[in-house]
Amino acid sequence: MATPSALAAAPRLPPTGPVRSGRNVELVLVLAAVGIAVFGYVEVGVNIDGRAPSDAASYGAALAALALLAHGVIRWKARYADPLLLPLAILLNGIGLVVIYRLDRATPSSHVAPTQLLWSTLGVALCLAVILVLRDHRILQRYAYIGALAALVLLILPIFFPPVYGSRIWVTVGPLSFQPGEFAKILLAVFFAAYLAVHRDALALTGRQIWRWQLPRGRVIGPVLLVWAAFVGVLVLETDLGTSLLLFGLFVVMLYVATARSGWITIGLLLASVGAVTVGWLSPHVHSRVVDWLHPLASISAGQGANQIAQSLFAFAAGGILGTGLGLGHSILIGFAAKSDFILATIGEELGLVGLTGLFLLYALLVSRGVRTGIALRDPFGRLLAIGLAALIAIQVFVVAGGVLDLIPLTGLTLPFIAQGGSSVVTNWIIIALLVRMSDIARRPPSTEEV
Amino acid sequence: MAKPRKPQRRHGISTTGRRAGTFCLLLVLALIGQATWIQVFQAKAYDDNAANQRTAIQRYAQPRGNILVGGTPITGSAPTGGRFDFKRTYTDGSQYAAVTGFSSQIYGNTQLEGTEDSLLSGTDNRLAGWALWDEISRKQNPGGDVYTTISKAAQQAAMQGLGNQKGAVAAIEPSTGRILALASTPSYDPGSFAGSGSGDQNAWNALQADTNQPMLNRALRQTYPPGSTFKVVTAAAALANGTVTDINAPTGAPSPYVLPGTTTTLVNDTSACDRSGLTLDTAMVLSCNSVLGYLGVQTGLDKMTAMAENFGFNDAKLDIPVRAARSNFDTRMNQSQVALSSIGQFDTAATPLVMAMVAAGVANNGTVMYPQLVDKLTKADGTTVQLMKPSTYKQATSPAVAGQVQQLMTDVVENGTGRNARISGATVGGKTGTAQHGVDNSGTPYAWFISWAKPAGSSAVPPVAVAVVIADSNATDVTGGGLAAPIAKSVMQAVLQDH
Repeated sequence: MATPSALAAAPRLPPTGPVRSGRNVELVLVLAAVGIAVFGYVEVGVNIDGRAPSDAASYGAALAALALLAHGVIRWKARYADPLLLPLAILLNGIGLVVIYRLDRATPSSHVAPTQLLWSTLGVALCLAVILVLRDHRILQRYAYIGALAALVLLILPIFFPPVYGSRIWVTVGPLSFQPGEFAKILLAVFFAAYLAVHRDALALTGRQIWRWQLPRGRVIGPVLLVWAAFVGVLVLETDLGTSLLLFGLFVVMLYVATARSGWITIGLLLASVGAVTVGWLSPHVHSRVVDWLHPLASISAGQGANQIAQSLFAFAAGGILGTGLGLGHSILIGFAAKSDFILATIGEELGLVGLTGLFLLYALLVSRGVRTGIALRDPFGRLLAIGLAALIAIQVFVVAGGVLDLIPLTGLTLPFIAQGGSSVVTNWIIIALLVRMSDIARRPPSTEEV
Repeated sequence: MAKPRKPQRRHGISTTGRRAGTFCLLLVLALIGQATWIQVFQAKAYDDNAANQRTAIQRYAQPRGNILVGGTPITGSAPTGGRFDFKRTYTDGSQYAAVTGFSSQIYGNTQLEGTEDSLLSGTDNRLAGWALWDEISRKQNPGGDVYTTISKAAQQAAMQGLGNQKGAVAAIEPSTGRILALASTPSYDPGSFAGSGSGDQNAWNALQADTNQPMLNRALRQTYPPGSTFKVVTAAAALANGTVTDINAPTGAPSPYVLPGTTTTLVNDTSACDRSGLTLDTAMVLSCNSVLGYLGVQTGLDKMTAMAENFGFNDAKLDIPVRAARSNFDTRMNQSQVALSSIGQFDTAATPLVMAMVAAGVANNGTVMYPQLVDKLTKADGTTVQLMKPSTYKQATSPAVAGQVQQLMTDVVENGTGRNARISGATVGGKTGTAQHGVDNSGTPYAWFISWAKPAGSSAVPPVAVAVVIADSNATDVTGGGLAAPIAKSVMQAVLQDH
């Protein structure tokens, strides 16, 4: 997206020579990503114990095996896929495991890094399964409505389970618990893409004109609005504001990309503001979040000590430009959710502004590869889906990182690939699988298009 | 506008998708901007926030440097097992509490622990090898050590002498200003609340509630009317300004002496003083209020004030480096008040430290040295960071006048009220004081003794000067000579033996 002219032209040109698959580049980058993760793992041990963790070699081997397996499958079944997607995902996931391992060291009673590694393995496995099974993303278009229905069920499910920390977003079965909302967002993106791909012209060109805005016919926009409202309604009931903000953002972005009607963004933002103010006014849960956002240090002057946001800001500030070094910060003072929603604060404290900026740029790169894939594809469904999934990552990063950085009110979401949480990491790997498949199709030379 | 709209050219997904991508990039840029704002521009404010525990965690992450007496640490550090890794320990806490002060994870750092805190905790710039690199690499320097000037023997003698009475001792080496002993009783164990547990809080609360104020440093931070010990200052002023030229000639003080402008007679404790024609020497030996009050008035307020200030009175910033309380000699008084002030009453009040400076200044031939508690500061590896240099506080009198005052003080010990301080084989000069206080002088009098001592026949500057005050005692006969002089004697003996 940085160099539009080159991007726009590239996919339309007939290939002039042998198309470079980029698989060797991917291999080198994957190994580099594994190397960085292992280096971080060793650094944590050296900084805390003065020596490398005893399991550093086996940890590195496991990560490398996982990464090479994924690379092998992509080389075999998605030869022309974007070579940056897998290395970026491995690197982000690896950083996440290192930071969670580091935080485990500060909480002797709770060790979650092994579980997270297990979830990551499951995530990679599902990613590879999707790549193997889904030979063409357009197949998904057929299941869009069923998917939307399934998503709705997934979202409603947690209502029947006890709330966890004020939010009904968890389904607990025995020792296992997961957040269905995480999976629902992919299904919803597929539904939006499928629906908008079919109806984008009708949405954009028909309807009545009110002043300068052209509003679509009710029966065209209706189903989309209905599905979306159902989702958001459920989420507000469950007080999962992060996901509802995320889905709302996704909806507006995809609608704009499909129809190029900027007026709807205005309407959307207007509706969002009204909704936000209303919810902020009515719900004490949300109201307190807004107050904390505006006055993060208020609890200190009230004599109640630093709250989570204040502790998070202290952690970022303590990191400064270069950071304290892995294992040497005190972000554990944040307390609850230090490994999940607030994990970015640990990265900010221990890797500093430099590390944080690097991390944000990794996300930006991942998002840009998704957008590129969307632009390079030729079918409207694929184009909308790829851009939608890219936007999903970008908005999610913004909502959670903006929350812990006190840029916007805090609304619990997980930092993609990095935060503790099985549902999240599995979902993100499935997004990678879809982008890998779509980029493979987008970059595949015409002669080999029929598979 | 026309009803049937002309189909206008609509942007394709390539364009809108790219715009969506740009929007996503803007979101990321906003995050980087906010991170920069917090981590660079706001960092200092957040780091310094009182609710941010990082400063404390880092401060206690390593053992604190030690305070040493005679080359032996009197402090240590012990692992806590809690969030704050190390806490302060004291080898003999109550013995040296008036020297060290305390270092507590909850209640902060005071006195020597406070003034030398940056060195002890390792944050002092002088400890850094490469200041800039250390800053970048966040290297924490090990805490440095503080070597005190305290003499173990003198301190022990002082604490033993004070026993369970309420009082204080300050001892100085007159030629250098090195503080040899600094004792205050009742004392406390600063190690009892060094940590951050509930036991530490209970210990602190109990000490705070104790009406005997064990945490008050009476040697430095409390002033008492010095009573007759102040007569040394008055005698020095009278001699230095020519009010008296010969200590063995009659002073011309009338008997009885009526306070100027009043009908009140300045009474003496002993009837031996109630005659005219007394010499300064006799008046000092008998501690005659009338004569010294008269001489103070004759010398005049300005010159009395100047002499008192030469010895450390009216100095609000006497830092050794722990700041001593301001000792007072009023600068605006009528003559009757000057007379009372000249015998250490009225508003005159002194810390034991300043009274030790009086004795030390006389002993050092009129040169008052700045009292100092720190001999040297070193890095953890023993490299010296700063070495104490003796410095002159003030030239109070000429050596000749000082010699005359020395003679007066020697006579007090040989023939007068200070006989309890006599040491065989040593020349001792001293002055007693028994200061009345309270409403109608109803309080138990403060028993004072200030003195210096040197080996008999030595022409060198005496190696020790000491001031002792007993603020509250169960003894029936409270006098400086009776209660305070024996303590001064044992402190001086300890130093002479050490010497």
